[in-house]
Amino acid sequence: MSETTSSERLPIELRTEALEQLLTERGLVDPSVMDKFIQTYETSVGPMNGAKVIAKAWTDPQYRERLLTEGTSAIAELGFKGPQGEHIVVVENTANIHNVVVCTLCSCYPWPVLGLPPSWYKDPAYRARVVREPRAVLTEMGLELPAETEIVVRDSCSEVRWLVLPERPEGTEDMSEEQLAGLVTRDAMVGVAKVKTP
Amino acid sequence: MVNRIADLGGTEGWGRTKVPTADEPVFAQKWEGRAFALTLLSMGRVSGRNLDAFRHALERLEHPEYFGDTYYGRWLNAAELMLVDSAILAPGAVEARVRKLRGEDVEEPPVPEPNKPDYAPTAAGSLRSVEDPPRFAVGDVVRAKDMQPEGHTRLPHYLRGQRGVVEMVQPAALLPDTHAHFLGENPQHVYTVRFDSRELWGADAEPFALTDDLFESYLEPVS
Repeated sequence: MSETTSSERLPIELRTEALEQLLTERGLVDPSVMDKFIQTYETSVGPMNGAKVIAKAWTDPQYRERLLTEGTSAIAELGFKGPQGEHIVVVENTANIHNVVVCTLCSCYPWPVLGLPPSWYKDPAYRARVVREPRAVLTEMGLELPAETEIVVRDSCSEVRWLVLPERPEGTEDMSEEQLAGLVTRDAMVGVAKVKTP
Repeated sequence: MVNRIADLGGTEGWGRTKVPTADEPVFAQKWEGRAFALTLLSMGRVSGRNLDAFRHALERLEHPEYFGDTYYGRWLNAAELMLVDSAILAPGAVEARVRKLRGEDVEEPPVPEPNKPDYAPTAAGSLRSVEDPPRFAVGDVVRAKDMQPEGHTRLPHYLRGQRGVVEMVQPAALLPDTHAHFLGENPQHVYTVRFDSRELWGADAEPFALTDDLFESYLEPVS
């Protein structure tokens, strides 16, 4: 790139195809391995994993305790581990305290429980502003918090990854763990939304 | 300051945040998935699958390469930079192949002799054990150093010189500042340090707390 002298910026789609060809020809990359990576993150590693963790914590007080004290191992109990999940700390959102997670330096995110980050999380506006005016940012994103709620922003600049345990919504006392998992959203587990009563 | 392009915390001029949508695809376009997988595999072709070196490569991109190709484009550009740094790819190889794909008559550069950094990880992943006990304990008042390193660091600008309180002691991990340059793992203790928004941004700031996970050498005691 630094050697590129032309003023024209080549389309990224073509650059991607070119790099894949170059590395495949030399046996440095196997396209079928690439397919597997893509498929894994499109289908089996995503916020549905985190939702299972949260639903279990809502219904099993002992699990909840383990999750809040030893997040990584409690999450691994459900089979979720892997890249970007070496050490996951789980923090609880309550009526009084609201945690919200960001990575200002890149887009660090707890992949095993949430999958790959959504576009708003990677967007410069979110990365720049949520550490400076989180209440304004959350309002823009559709979450109005009471004035008395204490906001705690979690900037993740090391390999520690953060997961929010959202508040269980009212009126869900009769729901099963599986039904509850269906309510939990990615945005609530990052802290830019609450889980809503169905 | 070589690493400012990625260090966005507190910077202005970005406009409104995007409103989340529930059904956003993991990869908006097919090439994004290819770029994602290519980047992960490329990192494994350079010594030690070095995530910090990848982050440093991201920081060394020019503005259009960082911001102009969206997230996975940025990844691909950083992967290409790492491959060229290690002479796994020749400079200009990707561009020449693109032109060939377009039907142009171009001569592609010969495959160079690889020159990979001399580094092999002492263990998988980034967590390490450290024999010395942590220098700081929960409740200690600390200050993030006001440092301006030439190379990679994970101490964001907006926290430099700021005072905070240790909230948690996290597992030790390899130090990105040296690891990113293949100059050693130098594992250190990591601390979750809590800051007050009004100390960071002034008396008129929204009141809130902010934490970041900071390496021991980024911090000094406040007596």
